[in-house]
Amino acid sequence: MRRAMLILAQLCVGLCGLLVWHVCSHVSLSGAKPLLDPFFFSTPAAVLARTASDLMGTEIWQHIGVTLVETVLAFAIGAGGGILFGFAFARRPWLSAVFDPYIQIANALPRVVLAPIFALWFGLGIWSKVALGFTLVFFVVFFNVYQGLREVSPTVLANARMLGMNERQLLRHVYWPSALTWMFSSLHTSVGFALVGAVVGEYLGSAAGLGYKIHEAESVFDVTGVFSGMLVLAIFVVLIDLAVTALEKRLLVWQPQRS
Amino acid sequence: MIADKEPLEPTVADLQSADLRRVQGFGGTPPALRLRGVEVAFSLGAGHRFVAVAPTDLAVGEAEFVAIVGPTGSGKSTLLNVAAGLLKPSAGAVEAFGLPLKGLNAGAGYLLQQDGLMPWKTAIDNVAVALEPSRVPRAEARERAQRWLARVGLAAFAERYPHMLSGGQRKRVALAQILIRDPKILLMDEPFGPLDAQTRQIMGNLLLELWALDRKAVVFVTHDLEEAIALADRVIILSAGPAARIIGTWRIDLARPRDIAEVRNEPRFRDLHREIWLMLKDEVLKGYAQTGGT
Repeated sequence: MRRAMLILAQLCVGLCGLLVWHVCSHVSLSGAKPLLDPFFFSTPAAVLARTASDLMGTEIWQHIGVTLVETVLAFAIGAGGGILFGFAFARRPWLSAVFDPYIQIANALPRVVLAPIFALWFGLGIWSKVALGFTLVFFVVFFNVYQGLREVSPTVLANARMLGMNERQLLRHVYWPSALTWMFSSLHTSVGFALVGAVVGEYLGSAAGLGYKIHEAESVFDVTGVFSGMLVLAIFVVLIDLAVTALEKRLLVWQPQRS
Repeated sequence: MIADKEPLEPTVADLQSADLRRVQGFGGTPPALRLRGVEVAFSLGAGHRFVAVAPTDLAVGEAEFVAIVGPTGSGKSTLLNVAAGLLKPSAGAVEAFGLPLKGLNAGAGYLLQQDGLMPWKTAIDNVAVALEPSRVPRAEARERAQRWLARVGLAAFAERYPHMLSGGQRKRVALAQILIRDPKILLMDEPFGPLDAQTRQIMGNLLLELWALDRKAVVFVTHDLEEAIALADRVIILSAGPAARIIGTWRIDLARPRDIAEVRNEPRFRDLHREIWLMLKDEVLKGYAQTGGT
């Protein structure tokens, strides 16, 4: 009952927003132009119609496919690198001490400024976007894995040692699960960053993908196209987020439910 | 009944000879654990050192259940960590079954006070993983783990994760995890401390029951004198820290098998308790004075 009420209220907010937008883009207070000029603001009906017709066609799916591939690659390579370096640095304190300032500098740099460089290095294809997503995902995963390894419960560790485990077994049964826990708990952030890297990269220079689609519409003042591209992107993000939540539930089944 | 108790204020020499008697009583086999003049001190810098445990001698027979009782901060856990090989003493020698201890005590099963279970493994996997260092195949390890879970009364909880178990159930899993390796000596650091009174009694009886199957050496650290008397063959009293030392040793001549709850009503139990408490009380008060009652 409460849940039904909640969903109803949530729908109301969305519908009210659309209604305001619709009214403002049709009604004019003085003169010929409506309050929100459809040239700059489009109308909800036009955006929904465009989105529906786009999704019916084949072209948009190719763009979605490209963005998905970039996101997955950026996440996979970034997470792999983050895990590798996280382990290396956590297990070799000296290494981590030497590289610490450089890690901090690299992490402080706004990654968007790297996009043109990556476009020069890797061309306008998917790899420059994967590289941008990598720089974002890498640090999130790296810091979480590093933290996860440093904060292994000393009691669990002492207990495992007393059970006679050697370094390899400790790595497998204690360090690795602990690091993964931290990584999984930041899964939403890192997958989100992989997507940001892909879309921003596409926006700044490419020939395919959702970011490209939005940029293309913008360059011909097709505001309906921009909003429609954003809507498709939003649906895409929500679906990915749902998938991540499902994955997280499976992977972190041993954790108490957060209330 | 004649109380076979040590002098009230034994000297180190007394204790050594008492321990020697006991060692000879083992029929020539070396004790499961022997501490010779073990001292634990921590450097505080600038030449100052904090002595947690003053030079201590202790021998535990191969089938003997020894309880170490002392006030808060008396270095009970420190001694246990030395016996486990987790902590190197600053002086003295540790022997396990006659051999000098190098690194971790491989023959020891150590039941920690806090939860040492891996939260990401189910109860059965937590028990089975204890067999991995001895290279038991996975299927066999799980089968044996299931048998051990049944033995500690958790057969139906094999697939639960630690957070789905109560404190007492987690202790049972931890006990199975340690016993499945068939250790020659059990080290227990206030294992039932966090549990409520009823669960403590049940766990105590379970421990005695499992121990009776194949009497291993046990060193059981607790601050609960009643628990110590009910469980052990010998109760050792530590003084309040710093520089804690053994100030008394009592043989507990209560008949076995014992029931933790019922044994407390026996007159002999009450006599022993009164005697030992007389000595322990002063140390507890000293301990409180030093730690501010925490």
